[in-house]
Amino acid sequence: MSTTPSLSAAATGSRQFSTFYVDGLYFGVEVLKVQELIRYQDMTRVPLAPGVIRGLINLRGQIVTAIDMRRRLDMHEPPADRLPMNVVVRTDDGAVSLLVDEIGDVVDVQQEQFEAAPETIRGRANDLVTGVYKMTGRLLLVLDVERAVSVERPGARAAA
Amino acid sequence: MHENEELVREFLIESCENLDRLDRDLVELEKDPGNRERLSSIFRTIHTIKGTCGFLGFTRLEAVTHIGENLLCRVRSLELRLDEEITTGLLAMVDAVRRILASIEQTGEEPDDDHTGLIAELTRLHALPATGTREPDAVGPPSPAPRDVVPARPPESAPASDAPLAADAVPTLSGGCGGADREGDHGPALRDSSLRVDVILLDKLMNLVGELVLARNQILQFTATQIDSSFIGATGRLNLVTSELQEGVMKTRMQPIGNVWSKFPRIVRDLATQCRKQVRIEMEGRETDLDKTIIEAIKDPLTHIVRNAIDHGIETPDDRLAAGKPADGLLRLRAFHEGGQINIEISDDGAGIDAAKVRAKAIQRGIVTAEQAATMTDHDAVSLVFIPGFSTAEQVTNVSGRGVGMDVVKTNIEKIGGQVDIQTAAGEGTTLRIKIPLTLAIIPALMVASGGERYAIPQVSLLELVRLEGEQARHGIERIQDALFYRLRGNLLPLAYLHRELGLTPAGQTEDLVNIVVLKADGRQFGLVVEEIHDTEEIVVKPLSKQLKGIAVFAGATIMGDGKVALILDVPGIAQRAGVVSGTKDHAPTAAQHAAGESGADTQTLLLFQVGDRERMAIPLHLVSRLEEFPSTSIERSGTREVVQYRNDILPIISLSKFFSGEQPAAPEMRQVIVFSESGQVVGLEVERILDIVSEQVVVRRRCHRPGVLGTAVIQQRVTDLLDVHAVLRAVEPDVLEVAGAA
Repeated sequence: MSTTPSLSAAATGSRQFSTFYVDGLYFGVEVLKVQELIRYQDMTRVPLAPGVIRGLINLRGQIVTAIDMRRRLDMHEPPADRLPMNVVVRTDDGAVSLLVDEIGDVVDVQQEQFEAAPETIRGRANDLVTGVYKMTGRLLLVLDVERAVSVERPGARAAA
Repeated sequence: MHENEELVREFLIESCENLDRLDRDLVELEKDPGNRERLSSIFRTIHTIKGTCGFLGFTRLEAVTHIGENLLCRVRSLELRLDEEITTGLLAMVDAVRRILASIEQTGEEPDDDHTGLIAELTRLHALPATGTREPDAVGPPSPAPRDVVPARPPESAPASDAPLAADAVPTLSGGCGGADREGDHGPALRDSSLRVDVILLDKLMNLVGELVLARNQILQFTATQIDSSFIGATGRLNLVTSELQEGVMKTRMQPIGNVWSKFPRIVRDLATQCRKQVRIEMEGRETDLDKTIIEAIKDPLTHIVRNAIDHGIETPDDRLAAGKPADGLLRLRAFHEGGQINIEISDDGAGIDAAKVRAKAIQRGIVTAEQAATMTDHDAVSLVFIPGFSTAEQVTNVSGRGVGMDVVKTNIEKIGGQVDIQTAAGEGTTLRIKIPLTLAIIPALMVASGGERYAIPQVSLLELVRLEGEQARHGIERIQDALFYRLRGNLLPLAYLHRELGLTPAGQTEDLVNIVVLKADGRQFGLVVEEIHDTEEIVVKPLSKQLKGIAVFAGATIMGDGKVALILDVPGIAQRAGVVSGTKDHAPTAAQHAAGESGADTQTLLLFQVGDRERMAIPLHLVSRLEEFPSTSIERSGTREVVQYRNDILPIISLSKFFSGEQPAAPEMRQVIVFSESGQVVGLEVERILDIVSEQVVVRRRCHRPGVLGTAVIQQRVTDLLDVHAVLRAVEPDVLEVAGAA
């Protein structure tokens, strides 16, 4: 959230992203927005909540809402035997955990590799991806964290 | 005097801090005279000091700050430009104020310094012609001494219109300071003995203690499996220390209720003057501690109640004397702890609330019907003042009487888990009693389980636990269409299944065991059926993230002893969702029911049904033993009667449609039957449809001479006949009643 580091990073043209995979797609969140990466935790289900909310986890005394990124992106349900990982991100409303398939490395990207999100990205991802870094051999999708964690009001969903 | 000493101390701590800021602000403002925010801040500070010192009787301080305030006021209204000269004057005033405060801190009295020069200088500055216009007429003639001017003025009114103070008035002010406490010789150490701490830090500490409590709970659970005595001893100590630490940290968030009350003497005085009444205020239990968040929440409701008491409650001196009471009205504030809750009472010895007047007003406002009003107890009628849009003031004054207020008071207090009750006696006065919890951060809760998850139910909503086993569990729960009931000591208790409300599949529920948690919501009772009931625990309430805030059935979450998260149920939310309390709140009946729920009278629970094509009828639910559906094919005949085999007995069925209209409508596939039982005899009344169950105050509008009908009432805004079950049975089944009569 703090602007100073990203500004200085922008000055040098290089930024760091924490990366992860969701249903084969390669996503990145700016390192400064990531609080921590942890393996699967037991969750408490929240009845009546939107489906993308998988539950609540206890992160050292802090109660954190876990959002299933596959469901958030309208992707296939993961194989039942694979437990997701937690990418805990800082948001305006406190920490939120993004449940992802697999966690990747922290990568350095250069400004010249950046391109605005192509309009041909299909479905939900289109709303949540702000841009693409063209890495060697693959594309890194930049995830808009605030948008990813803003889930429609449960009341509205229940009425639907 | 002791109370005053505390007040003086608080005033000193606050003022010293404010003065430091004032210096900075003034200097900054001189550089940037257009900064209105800073100017307002300065104005507020001086105004606060002036207001408080007036109340505490520090006349010199008041004189100095008063003229300073007047000067600032002209600056604020842009009549004067804040130049170096004015700033110097204001800074000199700040210095004088600081000297006076220091003296008060050391000796408990104002110093004997002469401020005539300063006041004269400030007066001169204040009288300067307005910037730009330079007209000497910009200020009015001198006014009397500040002592006469200041207290008569309500605190809100801007002093802009005030004339400058004559400097010669000051020497007449005596050095003696009525309110100052001569024993308050605490020396300069005062400021060191208490310090201000950021609430955020306290909240953080509170959170950490919450974590510690959870960790302690976990260790205690683990200890139960251990045999090492030294380990058990150590955890015992840990347990003790944690509890004490929790208590200690809770205390840091506690503030005496006197902090809120301290502004009341002033309010009372101003209001009394405005209303031309004489009011004396008495306070008891000012030291009663409350959590800061609760203090904040009750500030406005309390102020409103106090205003109401003076405006509506206490009579004018003439009226009081005529009624044989002393001319001075008494307003009494009382606070005390009781059973983990705080009780606050605000009583006046005024005219009281006239129940008849309230009834009349409620009818006039369309809140209740005349019949409803007539059947209400006085207590219920008086409780109508809590309904939105209600005000008994004969005329709207600018103090109160706009019809908002008491309902807001009630809502605000209920929001923090409190209750309000009103007691009044005509001619003797009114007492409002408020009960509120000590703290909101750590609450006792009952842990239950449903659908494989644990949930916490705040103890404040809990009434009792009922466990049904075996036969009782299988047959104790009765059904009226989709609505389920349990007879709790003869009264029907509406039931909701927690797993159903939450959309969960029950995990291992047996037919032989039903756990009912009896809860209250909106003043009504209902039973929540859960699969398991665990212990009660102290839980730390944590808010839900914004993604989950819209779910009304949860009030928050907590972390359990085993480290897992459990959701806290919002009892009114659950009740609303389950429809066990009316969803569209019709305020009048709700309030009446609320009152009736306490007195146990007036409100009736009725079964509504349809007879024939369109007639709506109702009977009191407590007369009904069961509701049944029989397939037409199972109906047999015995003589002219229809009967059905029912629970190893023969149940005669009387068609109400036939009884009233003489003709039987075409028999549907399933026949709806209301079963009555009288002394072991059962009779079924067939109706066309079961409509609803309502709890309402029933007022019979029209007596009726139709046999079988007691009268007609309006229920749910529709005309409904009240069935006279006994008359029907007498007419159709005389033998049943004879037996009943004989028994």
